[in-house]
Parts: sequence; C-alpha cells; structure tokens
Amino acid sequence: MEKPTNQRAWWFVAPVVLVVAFSALIPLMTVVNYSVQDILGPEQRVFVGREWYQKVLTDPELHGALLRQLTFSSVVLLTELPLGVMVALCMPLSGAGSSVALVLLGLPLLIPWNVVGTIWQVFARSDIGLGGVLLHRLGFEYNYTADALDAWFTVLVMDIWHWTPLVALLAYAGLRSIPQAYYQAAHIDGASRIAIFRFIELPKLKGVLAIAVLLRFMDSFMIYTEPFVLTGGGPGNSTTFLSQYLARLAVGQFDLGPAAAFSIVYFLVILLFSYVFYSVMTRES
Amino acid sequence: MARLELRDIAHSYQRDADYAVKPVDLVWEDGGAYALLGPSGCGKTTLLGILSGLLHPSRGRVLIDGRDVTALSPRDRNIAQVFQFPVLYDSMSVFDNLAFPLRNRGLGKREVDARVREVAELLDLSAELPLRASGLSGELKQKISLGRGLVRKDVSAILLDEPLTVVDPHLKWQLRRKLVQIHHDLRVTLIYVTHDQTEALTLADQVVVMNAGEVLQRGTPEALFERPEHLFVGHFIGSPGMNSLPCTLSADHVLVADQPVSARPAGTLSGELCVGVRPEFLKLHADATRGGAPVRVIKHRELGGSALFDVQLGPHTLLVKTGPRQAFQVGADCYLEFPVGHTHLYCDGQIVNGVA
Repeated sequence: MEKPTNQRAWWFVAPVVLVVAFSALIPLMTVVNYSVQDILGPEQRVFVGREWYQKVLTDPELHGALLRQLTFSSVVLLTELPLGVMVALCMPLSGAGSSVALVLLGLPLLIPWNVVGTIWQVFARSDIGLGGVLLHRLGFEYNYTADALDAWFTVLVMDIWHWTPLVALLAYAGLRSIPQAYYQAAHIDGASRIAIFRFIELPKLKGVLAIAVLLRFMDSFMIYTEPFVLTGGGPGNSTTFLSQYLARLAVGQFDLGPAAAFSIVYFLVILLFSYVFYSVMTRES
Repeated sequence: MARLELRDIAHSYQRDADYAVKPVDLVWEDGGAYALLGPSGCGKTTLLGILSGLLHPSRGRVLIDGRDVTALSPRDRNIAQVFQFPVLYDSMSVFDNLAFPLRNRGLGKREVDARVREVAELLDLSAELPLRASGLSGELKQKISLGRGLVRKDVSAILLDEPLTVVDPHLKWQLRRKLVQIHHDLRVTLIYVTHDQTEALTLADQVVVMNAGEVLQRGTPEALFERPEHLFVGHFIGSPGMNSLPCTLSADHVLVADQPVSARPAGTLSGELCVGVRPEFLKLHADATRGGAPVRVIKHRELGGSALFDVQLGPHTLLVKTGPRQAFQVGADCYLEFPVGHTHLYCDGQIVNGVA
C-alpha cells in the first residue's frame, strides 16, 4: 500500500521550531560566533579559530575555579541528599503537622536568591550578625570576609539551608507514594527500620532522587548570585566559582571571545555530567 | 504453631463511630485450617489485621497460646501474612525475597539457603530463584509472596488475605491444593480470608462466616450447609442459596401461605418469622400421597446432572433442586415436601432452636 504524502504536519511543528530557534538556538549561535572571532570594533572582526578555546582551557585561574566548583558541587550533593532524605523521613505523613512541615520547608525556596545572599551576609557578620556573634561567643575565630575556610563554610551552610528543602520535598513526595502494603509486608517479615529504609524506601525513592541529584548538580554547578552577594568571590579568589569567573571575564574585562569560548565549554561540561548522572541512576530500570 | 484467641475484640476506624468489627470472642485451635468467609467490606481483613498485629483493636485482647500479645508488633507475634495483592521487594532477587523474613530474624546463611530452596521446591519456584523480582507475572509474584509467608518454620499462624484473587482460575485450583497439602504437612494454624464460598469450603475444616462486622456462625462446611444459624449464612453459602419464606404460627404448626410446613416450637416468639430451607433438600411429588403443600411449577432449568425448578406456593416463589431424572412440566401442579430436619425457623434472621 502506498503511503499518502501529507506535508501538513510541518505547520504544526513550525511554531515550536520558531520558539526554540529564537529562545535557544540563535542566542547559542551568537555565542559560538563570538567564541571563534576577535571583535575589535563594531565593524571590525577577525576569525581566530580555536585560539580562545586554547586560551581558556590553559588558563590557570580557570582551572582553580573549576576545581573549586567541583569541590563545591560534591560537598553540596553529598550533604544535601542524605540530609534531605533524613528530613523527609522525619516529617509526619498526614494531619496538621504535615502541612506545617511543608510550609516551613518551602520558606527558603520562596526567597529570592540575592536576598538569601544578603540574609546570610548579615547573619554571618562577626560584629552584628546573629550567627557570627554566636560563633565568636562560643570561642571560634570566625570571620568569613578574611578567612578562606570560614568563607567556604558560610557559602556551603547557606546553600544547604537554601536547597536541602527541595531535596526533602522531592523525597517526601516519593515516600508518600509508597503503598502502605509494603510497610505492612515488611512488618510481617520482621524487618527493622534500617531494613525498611534500605530495601523498600530507598529503591522506591530512586526515581525522585535521580531528579534531585540532577537538579542539585546543575544548580550548584552554575551557582552565582548567593556567593556573589555574600563573599563577592573572596577573600582573594577562594570562593570564585565558574560562573563568577565567567561574569568577570565577560562583563568585567569585556573579553567577549574567551568568555564565549568558555561559555560553550561550561555548557558542554554540565551537559556531560548530567548525562552521566542520569544514565547511571536510571540504568537498571 | 499456636492457639489464637480473640477475647471481646472489637474495632472501629473512627472514634466511637460504628464498628468495622463488632464485639466477638473467637478461638482458633492449634493446627486448624480456618476460612474467614464473608462479602467484601464485612470486616474480614480488619479481623485479620488485628490477629497479625498490623491493627490495634479498639477494645479486647488477642492471646497466642494464652499469652496476651495485644500490644506486641507483628514481628514479635511471629505471624506470617500473605496479602491480597502481591507485595515484592523489587530491588531484590526472588531468592532474596524469600530469604528476607529469615535474614531479618538473624538466621545463619546455610539455614537460610536450605529453607529458601525447600520452599521454592514446594511452590515450583526453583527455576526463578536467581531472577529479579520486578517484572514477573502476577501469579509468580503472588507465589513468591506466599513463599515468604511459608518460609519461616516457627510461625504461630499463617494468615492469608484472599491470596488467590490475582491468580488465573486454572492455577487457583492448583495453588489451593498446594495449600491444603502444605497445611497437612506442616500442621500450622492457617486462617484463610475469602469471599468465595467454594474456596472456603474446600480449604477449611472450620469456616467462620461474617457479615457487616459481625461473626454469624462458625462450624464445619457441612454444618454451615445443613444448619445455617443465620438467614444470611443460608443465602451466602450454597448455590443457589437457601429459600426463605415469611411464615406465621398456628396452634401447633408453622404455616407458609396457610400450609403447615413443620412443627411449632415451644415458647413465644416475637419478631419477623421466616422459614428457611435449601433447594437441595426440598422434594417435589407428582401426587398427594405423601402429603406436602400444593405448588405449581413455573420454570425449569437443566443444570446437567441436576435440575432447578421454580415453584409457586401461594404468593411465594421457591427454588427446588432435584436429581437428573425427575421431570415436571412447567405449569404442572405438584406437591412440595418440606423435609424434617432441614426446614428451619428463623426469628429476626436468627435460627430458632427446637424446631425439627
């Protein structure tokens, strides 16, 4: 049988193609464009090939930022995931308590990111901040504006405070979707609390946790606003992460070529990591 | 293996509201095979939950071998339960699923291994042992759930909550036979919840019939058939169920449509009176030589091996089940004999003793 030829479907796809083109492809192509040219003036440009790529990839400052970025994302993932699951396990499953818990958890997620930075900037100040002064009273030499380790500690605690609720909410939704019958069977089989978590809850949470890992990895790998407001990347370069470095390159020094080349590399790195995470975590099912 | 006892147990899911299980005393003897029979929503599963410890009863006590276990968890009661829908630990292999209850109780590796293989053998699961539990067929899953219930040797009782619902009819027979055999071999107290009377009557030595949260009768399958203590039991058990006819009392007879059907019981009775008699026990006669109430045949159905007649007695219609060689024409007038000993009088649904 001969298939009828019908080109009408193109009309249905066209709007999507247009929207995606204007929102993603064309801006991306502009960046690609910048990354292979040296723009000297509005009408003057020189094709430079891989030069900008070579430059950024051998830049020691960028290597430092990448290392800090990887450390930051690892610590964030390793802390927020177990913590979020633990919080979700402690939350009441029904009744007024569950609504209260949900609202309390949701609060940090509703605060604009630069406000989060400001809150912690004030909170952690060792002269007037509630947290900073408390740490001083307890006998710690704490000063996040001068000490790199203190700055790191503050940025990490801020991120954990800000984003653990997201993991907890996802895990909570996952926990609530486990049918009661599984718990009943486990009780009958004499399973301990740990065995229930290990053999029932954790396998059932795998899907939502994969999403949590992806979201938290991408977000933490691209973090900009909060540390920018809190520490400005300092002291020195100690809390300068990739996107801050990129912003400095592009907006601060106006090195559009290297910045564009680096944007492309940055994008590919995130894509690669996300792909690896996703395929590893969904491999079995 | 143990003797289970419910003392004045009642359960309500809402505080003070109507009972899902009305106050009841029940004893399940050690090694017995029991069926808990009743329509959906009658409280069977609730009663089972109270026995296994998944539910805490609103009142009353649960005793295992005389020991009060009301406050104990299912783990400490050492009871196995199989649920209506298979529950499998998806991330584990079939072997690990079966081993789970044993490992949780800290059994040694060799013991676990031997026991799991034994149960797998029993349920024809040996070939499936290394497979992952997810993605198996419903029947296989239920078999594995069943295996998890059977794997522990020292359980007080095995509770089964309509375990064959998801199983195909031809496999149902096979699994049911297997269960009977397992019960025979292990002599473990078995409590089987079902709404299917065939299942209950073929599996159990003793059947407990429930309706609307109330235990109406417990007894052997024969007793339930021959002497239903409650009209509901008469209707629910048997196919077709028992005939029930409104009746009145004369000086010395029980009358249905002014025809005497049995002797009048001693004493006074107040309440709604009914005569109950099973279609299997009624006898149709072509002439009046043996007495009987005059009836007219209005419908005839051949069941293969037996025949079913609808007969009209005054304003009432009765079902009569006869042997294969009795032929009565539709429209024929005949005489219906109410057999002595199988015609029961009920007052407000409850059997009245002392009527032959």
